[in-house]
Amino acid sequence: MVYTPQLTELMKKVEETRSSRVGVDFPRMTQEERRDVLEKFHPDYNLEGFREIKVGVNKGARMPIEMADVFEAYSRIRDLEFDLKADPHYDVDVLVIGGGGAGASAALEAHSTGAVVLVATKLRFGDANTMMAQGGIQAADKPNDTPATHFLDVMGGGRLENVPELARALVMDAPLVIKWLEDMGTMFDKKDDGTMITGHGGGTSRKRMHTARDYTGAEIMRTLRDEVLNKGINVVEFSPAVEIILDEQGRAAGAVLYNLETEQYEIARAKTVIIATGGSGRLHYRGFPTSNHHGATADGLVLGYRAGAKTIYADSIQYHPTGGAYPPQLLGLLVTEKTRGLGATPLNINGEQFVYHLETRDVESSAILRECEERGLGVPLPTGIEAVWLDSPLIEIIHGEGTIERQLPAMLRQFQRFDVDIRKEPMLIFPTLHYQNGGLLIDDDAHSTVENLYAAGEAAGGIHGTNRLMGNSLLDIIVFGRRAGRNAAAKSREIAVPDGLNLEHLDSYHQELDNTGAGDGRISPMVLPHYTHR
Amino acid sequence: MVDVFIMGKRYTVPETLTILDSMEYAGYQMTRGCGCRAGFCGACATVYRMAGGYELLVGLACQTKVEDGMYLAQIPFFPGRKAQFDLEEIKPSVAHFAQLYPEVYRCLGCSSCNKVCPQDIDVMQYIAYIQRGDFEKAADLSFDCLMCGLCVSRCPANIVHYNAALTARRLYSRYIANPDRFLAERAQAIENGELDAEIDKLVKADKDKLQELYNNREIEK
Ligand SMILES: Cc1cc2nc3c(=O)[nH]c(=O)nc-3n(C[C@H](O)[C@H](O)[C@H](O)COP(=O)(O)OP(=O)(O)OC[C@H]3O[C@@H](n4cnc5c(N)ncnc54)[C@H](O)[C@@H]3O)c2cc1C
Ligand code: FES
Repeated sequence: MVYTPQLTELMKKVEETRSSRVGVDFPRMTQEERRDVLEKFHPDYNLEGFREIKVGVNKGARMPIEMADVFEAYSRIRDLEFDLKADPHYDVDVLVIGGGGAGASAALEAHSTGAVVLVATKLRFGDANTMMAQGGIQAADKPNDTPATHFLDVMGGGRLENVPELARALVMDAPLVIKWLEDMGTMFDKKDDGTMITGHGGGTSRKRMHTARDYTGAEIMRTLRDEVLNKGINVVEFSPAVEIILDEQGRAAGAVLYNLETEQYEIARAKTVIIATGGSGRLHYRGFPTSNHHGATADGLVLGYRAGAKTIYADSIQYHPTGGAYPPQLLGLLVTEKTRGLGATPLNINGEQFVYHLETRDVESSAILRECEERGLGVPLPTGIEAVWLDSPLIEIIHGEGTIERQLPAMLRQFQRFDVDIRKEPMLIFPTLHYQNGGLLIDDDAHSTVENLYAAGEAAGGIHGTNRLMGNSLLDIIVFGRRAGRNAAAKSREIAVPDGLNLEHLDSYHQELDNTGAGDGRISPMVLPHYTHR
Repeated sequence: MVDVFIMGKRYTVPETLTILDSMEYAGYQMTRGCGCRAGFCGACATVYRMAGGYELLVGLACQTKVEDGMYLAQIPFFPGRKAQFDLEEIKPSVAHFAQLYPEVYRCLGCSSCNKVCPQDIDVMQYIAYIQRGDFEKAADLSFDCLMCGLCVSRCPANIVHYNAALTARRLYSRYIANPDRFLAERAQAIENGELDAEIDKLVKADKDKLQELYNNREIEK
């Protein structure tokens, strides 16, 4: 019991109303209500948090200020000289930057066609957002479902701003991806006859969320990682890429890696390059806490952009409605959407539900912000912030005792570590910065707008429009990771040895920064977040 | 505020912090020993001892609150062995497993692994299941493993539990659990192009049409 006497007192209201809420569905919002709450409360609509960037191929594009800060910045290697004619430290067909789910899938696929692959990653292999995904992965592989039905959910959820061809690739590859993972020995939740157990997620019209308890991403990541290691693919850890190297025709031809331990720079030459560096939660847009891993600092976007790759929807950020708010050690921690999928509902200080529990994430988050900011019905916390309840004990009433332990072991354990028993006590939650909807613009071959440069996973954009549905990201990283790997490997076979390696694009980028004064002495990519003495 | 001793040096830090936060508060820029920051990746295995005590305790730095008088250090890397294998070439049998991880059969039954597991997994029991060739039970019991390596650090028989467990889970999922039959059919249908027409109609539809279809779509109960 870690809730203070005040909170315990407030919790009684939740308990009082609980029995009257069982089995009663709160009405879904109409299209107008959804639009209204988004426009008034979603951070994406609050222009104060954004600015137009002054340099690069998307000059004039709107970005969150914290993202613009890393885009409008000088290279870390500005004052260094590299001999790019000398023998490089690594010389490969395909360079994969980033060892998360997208990177691992790309590496496996490229390797399977005979390409020599190097994976360079910032932290340990698998220290990535992929490892943290709990809720599940979507695919239309039931008789009552089709990829077309899935497509409609993806598009509608994405406010119809998705690139349709990318959404098509996503849903059509989905069953193939689940099959690929099943064959690789990924332990999905199944019935005895092998049928995948699937459920709903926010914005799904069919039960197509596949799970591996609430360690879905971890199960996928450790299986992919194991397979990459089985294949003997070369993986260098603690070696983030800090710039892309181009050839004399301006095509991607490698990267400058930085060994975090020896603090030395190393050159990787490659015929094709895949950026799979994931998201940017650690930039803490608008001061929000984040659910993301330590290395989610938008590096890939920055180095891709400097090399000339266009971005799409860089201003679109996903706030997950249920981030941990209390106890303080859990601030920002993701409370998986499966918790709501199983029936837990958000409640205000009076123990009343104020929004349907499975609206899309953007709407659900905005409704929580409205409840706290406009209606003043948030629960005040001793830490000075506000939150709302998420009535997890309801799950045990709806589905029977033991459900939480079986279906949400990770969640149960995480709260238990800090003395909250979510089977008996409701959780305290507030939106957390979760996902980068946009990224580097790709086509359905996962190719960026720079030749020989591919992008996949959270670093890529366009697939989900301006709002991703749960379970479509784990899917997208594998769909486009595999496509990137396959296509980058095929392309590499057309190239003998990349010639005229250079970093001249940095000079012109710096020139633009100088001319506009936009750089303001900043250096990027960030590589590691700074939390000392916060 | 509380006093903690990071690799022997004293730092005064707020008591609401986790061990990981406290190291950052003290001025460390984390690289090794920090991944997900949320109890999923196992990067932050930490060994500590309380002032005045003799017992070595362990925990995940991101999941453990600091306490006054903690002497702590992180395990940056553990050189545990992973057997390389081709999943299509092996079977869920004791004979195959023994070739990959012979040390598993040398378990002394000391239960040191259980004492250090931050996920409270009955590690020794799943090793016993593996020994017996009961991969289903081993897979189930080991499922929540984060592969932090603390078990390995204490094992007198040099077992690399987490890698053995992962292999057991992959064997179980590949060969013992039934494949999803409809999934295979669906994948085949997609590869044959049977579902192209339906989706291409939607890909070509204009936004108004899509919005209408979306608003009126039927939602499975
Ligand atoms: C807590 C949480 C829960 C989630 N739950 C779900 C869910 O249930 N379902 C779902 O579909 N999606 C979910 N998501 C989203 C999804 O997990 C991620 O979007 C997805 O896994 C991203 O995969 P990725 O491979 O693109 O990036 P990551 O998995 O983050 O991998 C990127 C890798 O690149 C490395 N890297 C970064 N910069 C560099 C650099 N400069 N050089 C080299 N390497 C670098 C990183 O360290 C990391 O290892 C969740 C995300 C989080 C954070
Ligand atoms: S940092 Fe991932 S488990 Fe602690």
